[in-house]
Amino acid sequence: MKPRTRRFAWIVAGLGILGIAAALVLSAFQSNLVFFFTPSQVAARETPQGRPFRVGGLVEAGSLAREPDSLTVRFRVTDTAKTIPVSYTGLLPDLFKEGKGVVAQGTLGPDGVFHASEVLAKHDENYMPPEAKAAVDQAHKGMTMKSLHQDTKAER
Amino acid sequence: MIPELGHFALILALLTALVQGTLPMLGAAMREPRLMALARPAARAQFLLVALAFTCLAWSFVANDFSVQNVATNSNSELPLHYRVAATWGSHEGSLLLWTLMLGGWSFAVTLFSRNLPAPMLARVISVMGLVSAGFLLFLLFTSNPFERLVPAAAEGRDLNPLLQDPGMVFHPPLLYMGYVGFSVAFSFAIAALLGGRLDATWARWSRPWTTIAWSFLTVGIALGSGWAYYTLGWGGWWFWDPVENASFMPWLTGTALIHSLAVTEKRGAFKSWTVLLAIIAFSLSLLGTFLVRSGVLTSVHAFATDPARGVFILAFLAIVIGGSLALFAYRAGKVGLGGAFGPVSRESMLLANNVLLIVALASVLLGTLYPLFLDALNLGKISVGPPYFDTVFYPLMAPAAFLMGVGPLARWTRTPLPELAARLRWALGVAAATALVAPFLLGRWSLLVAFGLFLAFWIFATTAVNLRQRLLASPRRGVLAKLRANSPSYYGMILAHLGVGVFIIGVTLVKGYEVEKDVRLDVGESVALGGYDFKFVGVTPQPGPNYRALTGTVEVRKDGRLIETLAPEKRIYNASGQTMTIAAIDTGILGDRYVSLGEPVSADATNIDGPWGVRIYLKPFVDWIWMGAFLMALGGFIAVSDRRYRLALKTRAARGFGDAVGHAGAD
Repeated sequence: MKPRTRRFAWIVAGLGILGIAAALVLSAFQSNLVFFFTPSQVAARETPQGRPFRVGGLVEAGSLAREPDSLTVRFRVTDTAKTIPVSYTGLLPDLFKEGKGVVAQGTLGPDGVFHASEVLAKHDENYMPPEAKAAVDQAHKGMTMKSLHQDTKAER
Repeated sequence: MIPELGHFALILALLTALVQGTLPMLGAAMREPRLMALARPAARAQFLLVALAFTCLAWSFVANDFSVQNVATNSNSELPLHYRVAATWGSHEGSLLLWTLMLGGWSFAVTLFSRNLPAPMLARVISVMGLVSAGFLLFLLFTSNPFERLVPAAAEGRDLNPLLQDPGMVFHPPLLYMGYVGFSVAFSFAIAALLGGRLDATWARWSRPWTTIAWSFLTVGIALGSGWAYYTLGWGGWWFWDPVENASFMPWLTGTALIHSLAVTEKRGAFKSWTVLLAIIAFSLSLLGTFLVRSGVLTSVHAFATDPARGVFILAFLAIVIGGSLALFAYRAGKVGLGGAFGPVSRESMLLANNVLLIVALASVLLGTLYPLFLDALNLGKISVGPPYFDTVFYPLMAPAAFLMGVGPLARWTRTPLPELAARLRWALGVAAATALVAPFLLGRWSLLVAFGLFLAFWIFATTAVNLRQRLLASPRRGVLAKLRANSPSYYGMILAHLGVGVFIIGVTLVKGYEVEKDVRLDVGESVALGGYDFKFVGVTPQPGPNYRALTGTVEVRKDGRLIETLAPEKRIYNASGQTMTIAAIDTGILGDRYVSLGEPVSADATNIDGPWGVRIYLKPFVDWIWMGAFLMALGGFIAVSDRRYRLALKTRAARGFGDAVGHAGAD
């Protein structure tokens, strides 16, 4: 083999390996993306079937309930427009509180209950998880028109 | 008065940094010794001014001066003294000031230890560091002034985030920043070399100790952060692939590649442009990490504020530094020239493969970290990339790198006959394979993952032993001690760092393979059995703390009915913020940890602390080997830097090289 042909062969082999690596990385990437949805989007059935996703908003005040003799809790997550019931078995993070922001990852059951495998609220008290904030903001945007009247009344 | 003094010192530091960033550079281009001579005093003055500003801020924290906004937001008079000092870098502003202080410190160190560098080289290096520093000082003064006054003064501070009230806070950020910012030296050397058109083995030899020491600090910093997360977040995990962690890990991966590529450049003169590129990338990623963590793009414990002006400033700064240096690289790299040729089986080719693997790993971490941010910025929806992505991509990429770690040091430069290499490795392969087959049975259960991890770890150990043995046999000296002494500290540093990787792999493998985790509901007096131990929940009692109230649980651990220890996990409620913190109780041992943390009361009445609690119990076999491995790697780096070769080389070089350095400057 001429040196030039050999160099060419090396380059082709190198590019081939890099190509395979890139393909593997991208396919792993594709299958591990977790999408985020607001309770309103969940209510509108925009969520994927049988694939975990994240839902975020505020923990509705007064919605937290424990099942006796287990670590299962039920609560509702709201974006102030719609709410979605969530069930979770395990220990809740320190910053989980009613009325505060929360993000849960899990799957939507056929009964409409979101079965969380993970509950995230690992943020500073003063800041909401960005996803939770986005959910509430979005819901507000949708409501602005119809609730504008009521809001002004309430302010008086 | 003191805060104003600090503010004034910062302004003077900015002016000094501008002088430091421009005049010596100009002097190097014009070959004007008087301008070049400004580099050293300017850099030292700038460091002293920033240090003065930092001291003023620290003083405000220690003295509880709540008329300073930053102090009022991040401290409290009840906060213990050491946390008030650490709170200096607990805020966005303070941590940037720490960044700038570190940069000043590194510049100061360069002025001290590079006394024998040719004047134009030193002038350029110091200038580049001055420009970076000026950027950060501008940022501090215009968007994040740490000395901003609060009118009227607050009576009491809002307190430091309880998550940060931990010994980890005292050590983790300064060490991490030492690493981050330390890459600025390698970066400045690279830019100076590109500007001066002088990129050779000597340049690599100058950059090497700086890079290695920065990398060692970064390694310790990351390990401390990981250990901190392990015991304070209460989840018992040691790495979450959180964007903030990735932000520090990406410069580490590049730095690792850079250390290895610098070795080739110094010894063989090869990989020159690649090495320069890596030096630029490593520092760019440090800046990117600062941007990600500090600009509020990622909301987490680390993001203290969300202020678009700051984001825009850092983004512009990033664009200038990265874009500028890459443009310079593109313009100059063609003149760098190629190094010596090497065969397909040689130490160079192994190190090249190692570099490629590290950079591909870096690219995949970068993709997983930035892609969600891009989508979000373009309003295409919110997504997150889960740890499974990083796990599936990262481990397969690092496994061949770990395998090559065994082969590389045994291969010769330029070319190694394959049969000779195979003969040297036979013995190591046997040891590694035997351990992989047998050890998992002894540990309880055989699994492919554990076997593979142990194979890699023992492969590294065995090949290192083979390498050391050959070195000693080849040495002409008599007596083991004399033979041992014949090798250089940098060789032992390499050996130690590689052994550290092996120890790290053992930790990761065994904790992943054999950890037991259980979240249970335990009534007072109730027990649960886990992994051969019996955990009995005795109850919870209130206990006062300096600036918090604690609920301390008591958990008795028994083995075969015999009490072996009592663990006391805590739940703390901080007075100032009302925030709750979980403090896990961990029994640390060389063979693994027993980890117990409290959830919350789970009876119908949530305020009843004498009822049942949610309790998290983990057994983490060999988990401490993860951090032990990281510390060994860092220790290896520090030992390698102590090599006299670097200092001697500088002296001899300076003795005979000053003339030709000036000659080179003429090529500008």
